[in-house]
Amino acid sequence: MNDPKTRSTEWALSTKRNTAQLRYWTLAWVATMAVAAFGPKYVWDFATLPSILGLLVNVAVGFGMIVANKRYLKGLDELHRKIFLEASVLTLGVGLVCGLSYALLEDIRLISFEPEISHLVVLMCLTFLAGMILGYRRYQ
Amino acid sequence: MRNRLKVLRAERDWTQAQLASELDVSRQTINAIEKGKFDPSLPLAFKVARLFGLSIEDIFQDEARS
Repeated sequence: MNDPKTRSTEWALSTKRNTAQLRYWTLAWVATMAVAAFGPKYVWDFATLPSILGLLVNVAVGFGMIVANKRYLKGLDELHRKIFLEASVLTLGVGLVCGLSYALLEDIRLISFEPEISHLVVLMCLTFLAGMILGYRRYQ
Repeated sequence: MRNRLKVLRAERDWTQAQLASELDVSRQTINAIEKGKFDPSLPLAFKVARLFGLSIEDIFQDEARS
């Protein structure tokens, strides 16, 4: 058997490549989101065409990120894929349940402000992070 | 599910990292399998059996039957 320090398997290289691609797509998506969000106000004074283009580019790059995420998941080994999927299921559940309840808060007049989608995104990110940490600890 | 992975690996003087590299999985996966915290899929179990030149039953035993 070769020394693992010198032997870089195709699988390890492909995982590294998939991780890098996911990173680039995510950064690109965040950048295009910033352009679509702040461009109309600070750059092109709410002109319709650039706003539509900005939004379309953001959505297109978003789909690219989804594909990169799927490729990343497919390239993981089975334990890491299980941890990732369990964290995703937890995130989906928490996002759905808490998101709808949060939206309901204003409708039934328990809060006076309008619920922000960004609060839900933060909650989902934290849930996913917690799910991943718990998963890694469980199988340590 | 119990398994003899750790014993078989030790007999060959392989590290977890070396075994993981041969099986195209992470070292954490080998560790979790050895500790019985994670059951491998059938394709991975076949790969392990092929690597050690044994049958799956020689390596993995169903705890419910023992």
